[in-house]
Amino acid sequence: MSIISVKELCLWYGDHQALRNVDIEIPEKSITAFIGPSGCGKSTFLKTLNRMNDLIPGVKITGDIRYEGTDIFSKEVDVNNLRKEIGMVFQKPNPFPMSIYDNVAYGPRTHGITNKVELDDIVERALRDAAIWDEAKDRLKKNALGMSGGQQQRLCIARALAVQPKVLLMDEPTSALDPISTSRIEELVMELKGKYTIVMVTHNMQQAVRVSDHTAFFLLGELVEFGKTDDIFSQPKDQRTEDYITGRFG
Amino acid sequence: MLNQALSKKRKGFEALVKALMLLSVGLTAALVLFLLIYVLGQGIPNITWELLSTKPSYLTERIGILPDILNTVYIVLATLLIVLPLGVGAAIYLTEYASNKKVVGIIEYAAETLSGIPSIIYGLVGMLLFSNSMGTCLMAGALTLVIMNLPTIMRTTQESLKTVPQSYREGAFGLGAGKWRVVRTVVLPGCVDGVITGGILSVGRILGESAALLFTAGFAHAVNGLIDGLAAPGATLTVALYVYAKEQGEFGVAFAIAAILMVLTVMINFAAALVQKHFAKRRSI
Ligand SMILES: Nc1ncnc2c1ncn2[C@@H]1O[C@H](COP(=O)(O)OP(=O)(O)OP(=O)(O)O)[C@@H](O)[C@H]1O
Ligand SMILES: [Mg+2]
Repeated sequence: MSIISVKELCLWYGDHQALRNVDIEIPEKSITAFIGPSGCGKSTFLKTLNRMNDLIPGVKITGDIRYEGTDIFSKEVDVNNLRKEIGMVFQKPNPFPMSIYDNVAYGPRTHGITNKVELDDIVERALRDAAIWDEAKDRLKKNALGMSGGQQQRLCIARALAVQPKVLLMDEPTSALDPISTSRIEELVMELKGKYTIVMVTHNMQQAVRVSDHTAFFLLGELVEFGKTDDIFSQPKDQRTEDYITGRFG
Repeated sequence: MLNQALSKKRKGFEALVKALMLLSVGLTAALVLFLLIYVLGQGIPNITWELLSTKPSYLTERIGILPDILNTVYIVLATLLIVLPLGVGAAIYLTEYASNKKVVGIIEYAAETLSGIPSIIYGLVGMLLFSNSMGTCLMAGALTLVIMNLPTIMRTTQESLKTVPQSYREGAFGLGAGKWRVVRTVVLPGCVDGVITGGILSVGRILGESAALLFTAGFAHAVNGLIDGLAAPGATLTVALYVYAKEQGEFGVAFAIAAILMVLTVMINFAAALVQKHFAKRRSI
């Protein structure tokens, strides 16, 4: 079952075409990894899925993206609700300069939850799900910027989980972190896949192999190959994929 | 040989430059000190409780500056109350909402230029725009000062809006927050320091303004409440200083006012520095 299906997607930044005819079906409740050399359009594609590119002036998009069957670009779609369903975690941890509690409660409050008991419950659940509850529970009122980078990233994951999204987009979530924090987040991601659909950009092939079920290889704005992670890494169909995963370029 | 001679010459030159720089620093410091000591020395002995707490009376021929102090407070309040929402609103619109960056650039440039225009020109315009319709009164003066300070408030707010990291906005949008919520909860708290600093600097400018107010607010010395005061003509401290010194030859009073203004100015600069330091510290955690 696919939760997001993309057909003939093209994207331009002004005159520069960053995505060329991308077709992909993203499977539900599993982990999909995007790999490819720098500048091939992974982040661009990821951000298109919850329309974060709307924020960038001069972006032009053609093609079709359906989330649970609905065209995400149609006029009836409220982009804020779309982003509530399809959450995002960024490359650099970006907690807001407020307390840990307020960070996690930001999303629920945005979507109208004001009841204190209910909020407390959501915050605790999100922090537990993001495996940061033990470190955060005694300092919920402290500023989030006082946490370590790895903790901040898990807090950002908790913040994203607190709005109960169905899909979580992660753009190189571990590239700014140390190895220990990285493996904690990898474990976390694998635990989350029972409940969420996760799409993750990574530069790290081992990471893709370790955590993902499916892998998509991008090159120069094209989706070259998409399939089960095991297949992609053991018997790639395309020569370019093979060259890339064997380290011949990029 | 040659090298040695050259390096000697160079050393001599450097010593000379250093001496010149020291001299200019010393001169500047001496000037500031002289001004401070002179004005405070002439002014403070003339500051009495009676001067501060009464209005001028023709019967007793005593001068009191209470009305001028009140007028100053009124005009500062009225100006800030109008200029802060306008300036901050304009800044938010330009930085967060406006999509035509070229127009934004032009407006920023215009604001930059506007803040360099001599204040007497604002006075002239203010007289035509406000005093001619509402009469010479503190409110006309306040509105003139609003025009004068609007560019400053707008620019300082804009600059501090630009220091709010883009990643905060992305984070909030990514959670499904709408534009206004993002601005209100994530962007605005990050620019409070800019607004406060701009406000403090404006207070300084309002305190120091005379030309624009002579045209628009007049120079009466009646004691009024806030609302009546704004509708009536009145002199602020700076205008009163001018009037007492120039028209009435009351130099004692003029220096007393000068000393008060001087102390206020120092306090304002100090406050602005304090605010900036406070927020710089908060930002670095
Ligand atoms: N805001 C933008 N404006 C203009 N061009 C952009 C913008 N963002 C990305 N691009 C261009 O689009 C192409 C794809 O960029 P993108 O960031 O999606 O690559 P990426 O695969 O995520 O690379 P990396 O691995 O380095 O993160 C690049 O050529 C980049 O220069
Ligand atoms: Mg990227």
